[in-house]
Amino acid sequence: MSREYTPKVITANHLMLGDAIWLTEDDTWSRDIARAELLTDEAHADMRMLFAKGQPQIAVGPYLAEAEQGALGPVPVHLREVFRTRGPSNRDHGKQVDGAI
Amino acid sequence: MYHYSDFDEAFVRTRVDQFRDQVARRIDGSLTEDEFKPLRLMNGLYLQLHAYMLRVAIPYGTLNSRQMRQLALIAARWDKGYGHFTTRQNIQFNWPKLADVPDILDALADVDMHAIQTSGNTIRNVTADHFAGAAADEIADPRPFAELLRQWSTDHPEFQFLPRKFKIAITGAAADRAVIAAHDIGLQVIERDGALGFRVLVGGGLGRTPMIGKVVHDFLPQSDLLPYIEAIVSVWNLLGRRDNKYKARIKITVHEHGIDEIARLAEQRFSEIRPGFSGVDQQVLRDIEAQFAAPDFETKPMDCFHAAYDADPVFRSWVDINVSAHKRDDHAIVSISLKKPGATPGDATAAQMDVMAALAEGFGHDELRISHEQNVILPHVARADLPAIHAALKDADLASANIGLISDIIACPGMDYCALATARSIPVAQEIATRFEELKLEHEVGPLKIKISGCINACGHHHVGHIGILGLDRAGVENYQITLGGDGTEDAVIGTRAGPGFAYDEIVPAIERLIQAYLGLREDASETFLQTYRRTGIAPFKAALYPEKENARAA
Repeated sequence: MSREYTPKVITANHLMLGDAIWLTEDDTWSRDIARAELLTDEAHADMRMLFAKGQPQIAVGPYLAEAEQGALGPVPVHLREVFRTRGPSNRDHGKQVDGAI
Repeated sequence: MYHYSDFDEAFVRTRVDQFRDQVARRIDGSLTEDEFKPLRLMNGLYLQLHAYMLRVAIPYGTLNSRQMRQLALIAARWDKGYGHFTTRQNIQFNWPKLADVPDILDALADVDMHAIQTSGNTIRNVTADHFAGAAADEIADPRPFAELLRQWSTDHPEFQFLPRKFKIAITGAAADRAVIAAHDIGLQVIERDGALGFRVLVGGGLGRTPMIGKVVHDFLPQSDLLPYIEAIVSVWNLLGRRDNKYKARIKITVHEHGIDEIARLAEQRFSEIRPGFSGVDQQVLRDIEAQFAAPDFETKPMDCFHAAYDADPVFRSWVDINVSAHKRDDHAIVSISLKKPGATPGDATAAQMDVMAALAEGFGHDELRISHEQNVILPHVARADLPAIHAALKDADLASANIGLISDIIACPGMDYCALATARSIPVAQEIATRFEELKLEHEVGPLKIKISGCINACGHHHVGHIGILGLDRAGVENYQITLGGDGTEDAVIGTRAGPGFAYDEIVPAIERLIQAYLGLREDASETFLQTYRRTGIAPFKAALYPEKENARAA
């Protein structure tokens, strides 16, 4: 039996602004991880990565990042990914103030 | 200071035009990211956690007021109103938008600046003693040599695809303020029989395999500088481990082949290429040196300085701590601290940059320096002007009297910005500085260098901190290792790891225990932390860091 797939989201940096974006179910990119598509099947995740890599005019360096289902949608697991959802801790800049547009 | 020649100007403008075209082609889809990435990195443009980051070179850490004002303008117009001065005397802008970067590079070119070779496997910005040209203990101003190296290394066709990055630092004084022993090549200007030359170190570096540089030449004649450095880089360019990026730096090459073999190969290569250096480089050097002539110092009455020094304890403390000896007794070197307790080490707002530029223009012969310790220096000020300078700095929130003390912490951007980081470093620096301010212990503790890196690459120089802190990721949680007894001066030593790491909320209390241990151990107030450590060894400090272990042993 295959091992259970650890849920993931696809994330990248936006070409023009450089900030973190996440791939949604309807083939768009969101600045809010809660709107991301949570991938729970490896084969489907591979298909979605192919789609993400085909969007070079929006998404730079797409990759799969571990995530969990939260109350409002996917939430990050790793600390680094947590930082990408909000911005630096020393200044009120980034998504924590600009909002996840 | 150096002003661009027509050649420099044309070269930099051409590069900006090329990059403008490359950005346009990336945006319209003609270039893929794989094609574009090396091009943007050649121009200092990184992609970090939250945004692009532009690293601008500040050659040998020297700026004039016009350049500092332009950095302020860039911060205000195209970024979020501040910039971050780095441990390699550069400045980083954390929030540029891709489409704006060509305009930013044009604005830099307007003031003889660029971001070329601030990334990639090239020869990076040559760093220098931030007191160069001003220090009382200096043999010669190292910056003309640094500028010669900059011109030689910029776009040098042989060295655009090196095995890895390559960093050169130079000092003109015996007291090493440029950490030359932790560079791929470290140069110290020395004098022998009335002639200037260089002591050349090779193979130093921090990162995952920290090494102190080894002497490859104990007196290199001045006129042999370029061919000899070219010979070393050339030898490494062939021998360097391109198969493994963790073994690609020259420190590993020196370690694997031995310093004697590297010296032999460098001599051999040197003898081949030396005839090609016809003396044009020395002519160029003389032209450069003329541009670094000492300013016309003015003698001013010192009464108001003495009066302020006697009357104002805040001013007195600032002078005692932040002001260093200048080669002229009636002048001084001012270190402006970018380390106000609680602030981000190395950050300056656009308004603060403008204030520092105005001070340089009004009182400092138009010169500013950036130190690798992430502070700003006014290298040439009359002592008579110190009260006015201090007053202006107070108004700009730049008057912290803490240079060389516990809150004058070097910290890399860490996980708050950097894509490579494994842990935060800025908040750790902020909390240590704030904690010791609350305890009012900073002056009691005296000279102490804490250096923090948020990953193994060691941009925060933690190995050469008296107390070094390295932030790592342990199973998804930040964990901080402490090293003790490091030293980045002429007596360079790599610190020793104290033991297991500490969680984020344990690191500040751990540092506090170390400091309390030092205060209990020192023979008297004149014995510094490093001196005490060297006298007692690591054991009592380990005992303070890990009291549970000590208790278990006692039980």
